[in-house]
Amino acid sequence: MIAETGLAALWLAAALALLQLVLAFAGLKGGKPDLLDAVRPAAVAQGVLTAIAFAALITLFMRSDMSVLLVVTNSHSMKPWLYKFAGTWGNHEGSMLLWVTVMGVAGAAVALFERALQRNAHMATLGGQAAISLGFYAFLLFSSNPFARIDPAPADGQGLNPLLQDPGLAFHPPTLYLGYVGLSVAFSFAIGALLTRQVDAAFARAMRPWVLGAWVLLTLGITAGSYWAYYELGWGGWWFWDPVENASLMPWLAATALLHSVTVLATRDALRAWTVMLAVVAFSMSMVGTFLVRSGILTSVHAFAVDPTRGSFILGLLALYIGGALALFGWRIGSVREGAPFELVSRETVLVVNNLLLTVILGLVLIGTLYPLMTEAFGHKVSVGAPYFDRIAGPIALALMVAMAAGPSLRWRKDQAKLVGRRLLIPLCIALLVSISLSLFAWGRIGILPFLGLVVAVAVGAASLAPLWKRKLLRTPLFTYGMVVAHLGCAVSLAGMACDSAFTVEKLVAARPGDTIKTAGWSIRFRQITPIAGDNWTALQADMDASRGGSSVLIRPQSRFFASPPTSTSEAALLTRWDGQLYVVLGEEVEGGRWQLRIWWKPFVTLIWLGGIMIALGGALALIGRERRGWLLKWRAREALA
Amino acid sequence: MKKLLIWLPLVLFLAFIGLFASGLFKPDDRIIRSRLVGQPLPAFTLPAAASDRPALASAQLATGKPRLLNVFASWCVPCAAEAPQLMALKQAGVEIDAIAIRDARSDVDAFLKRNGNPYARIGLDARSAVQMALGSSGVPETFVIDGKGRIAYQHIGDIRADDVPMILDRLKEAQ
Repeated sequence: MIAETGLAALWLAAALALLQLVLAFAGLKGGKPDLLDAVRPAAVAQGVLTAIAFAALITLFMRSDMSVLLVVTNSHSMKPWLYKFAGTWGNHEGSMLLWVTVMGVAGAAVALFERALQRNAHMATLGGQAAISLGFYAFLLFSSNPFARIDPAPADGQGLNPLLQDPGLAFHPPTLYLGYVGLSVAFSFAIGALLTRQVDAAFARAMRPWVLGAWVLLTLGITAGSYWAYYELGWGGWWFWDPVENASLMPWLAATALLHSVTVLATRDALRAWTVMLAVVAFSMSMVGTFLVRSGILTSVHAFAVDPTRGSFILGLLALYIGGALALFGWRIGSVREGAPFELVSRETVLVVNNLLLTVILGLVLIGTLYPLMTEAFGHKVSVGAPYFDRIAGPIALALMVAMAAGPSLRWRKDQAKLVGRRLLIPLCIALLVSISLSLFAWGRIGILPFLGLVVAVAVGAASLAPLWKRKLLRTPLFTYGMVVAHLGCAVSLAGMACDSAFTVEKLVAARPGDTIKTAGWSIRFRQITPIAGDNWTALQADMDASRGGSSVLIRPQSRFFASPPTSTSEAALLTRWDGQLYVVLGEEVEGGRWQLRIWWKPFVTLIWLGGIMIALGGALALIGRERRGWLLKWRAREALA
Repeated sequence: MKKLLIWLPLVLFLAFIGLFASGLFKPDDRIIRSRLVGQPLPAFTLPAAASDRPALASAQLATGKPRLLNVFASWCVPCAAEAPQLMALKQAGVEIDAIAIRDARSDVDAFLKRNGNPYARIGLDARSAVQMALGSSGVPETFVIDGKGRIAYQHIGDIRADDVPMILDRLKEAQ
């Protein structure tokens, strides 16, 4: 009964989305403006219905209802409750239902709380949102019904991929999806603005909180995903340039550029075409990413295997939405008035450079991700790996960081090059000092990119604090703090990346129990190998004492074997200290009772994720600051009227 | 110029869609061709995997006559489905050696009792090390080895009944 309720709610929601689209269209184009009164209630009802459908699926998973096919193939009655709960979206159909649910609820929120937009633009936005949702409803109902029954019901389910049984991973997809779908709202705003020809500051102000919120969630999702890959996959790296990672990175790059453009449009009324274009690109990248991951067109570690009918369905949706949006952009943007002018030396120019650089990185990542597919069309199989991406994206990212350091110290509209030079004197001196001292103690031992990375990171870290220079700290608006924290986070993250590639000490040894391994100031005593059994795995565990002069700490790397399907995973042992992490992986047994051990000492590697968290925190501060200010202004206006 | 820039994204996107569609509707062989075809076998020495068959080393595969090397496992379902075809090949006079992947001797014995034993020698690759060196990514897989101990052909997946003539042709070619 619960499954049928969920399915019925989904059909009703789809019908309402269609109604919402028709009402908005008829109201705006068909000369029946009173029809627009019904658009908002339709959007709210749609949000409630999708929430009911998703709650139904969660209930089925929590109760391990084995008459539902999706539960059988992705769950097991003996699983811990957290994984039953997270199993709801740990599969294709469930994750798509999560997608439309977030979209429906976001649409309801736009209908209820949006006050900045003019009525027509607001209604056009809701119409756009309905149009996007419709495609995804169709996708769910016609090609991946999450509520399908199975008859007769089997005794128990088939469980979940062991790699995915990780609390961090349980909440990774929802975070990213919330981000993706927040960008869908920005996309709808852009469509609405193009349709009603109202690309202006009001539109940007309405869009900004959605972009900021989506961007914060994407940042958190990518940071968490990177850390998961680092400790779970046991190869000591934090970013693999795997298609799935790129699928989440590309929307983030577009959203970063969009975030800056939308701020310029809201406060300075410039960069109109950029803002609309980036809003289209950001959500397009979310959909392309989903398509890449879900269609199985690019094989990767965590793409679920799916049949090509689904892939072609998503491809049709992409062609319809993105193609339509780009055509609308080409057709309408010419008639949008130029925004406020600005001189060559100005903050706007740096922001245009920022957009260009981010777009170039995005393009290069996209090409690298799709290149295997292109060559395959000509009959060659290749894979594009980290060396390409590092070499291509690295230098541009460094240039981007320099622009980031310079931007906040320039004035809007017009500035003088001489004054800018003077303001940037301190960071330049710092950069010089760091490069001299680094050259003295590590010249020739580290690559050019890590070297430059460290120099830029320290200088940018100093420069990002400049907006707080000589200001009354308590009077400084919260969003300025947000900018400072986020920019500082970029510098912190870059410092972590550069330290990791410059100073990591790696040691591969074959050791017998009783041996002591010395590396990078640590001495690690390998005591013994103990066999352990888990609930669906067996493991060999190495007991070791690690010490660095002081008292020793017990660390226990494991190598686990799962019987069905026969896979082995390695559970790395991580020991975090203030100046880095010790990372130990237990490998195979080699001749003569010796075991392969991989030991890394990674100085300051944790800065990578600390920086990521700071970036997200900065975004959150900016969001709170902007929104609170808006509320305050409204409240004061109301007070004044009273 | 400006007109061009405005329409450029759409043109690029349509090209991208065309590319994807071609990738999606083409029957895709998810097979990574072994780089080792034409190369000599990697050197290995494996202990015996079954109680009534000798162990296997790479040196024993260069006998002047083409032969098959079958990578299998007792826990693998398609391997059992493949057994009749291997028996047919053996009847046709083909010599077949095998590598058992991540297996135990008692399991291999039971598997051979159930499905027949077409193999001359069976080596045990307990940790898939040799399988990796061969560039094999799953079970079952079958390699045609020419008389000089070089890999002439790699067959991915189980040998079906209609693959048998093709395998025999490959063996002839490898003379």
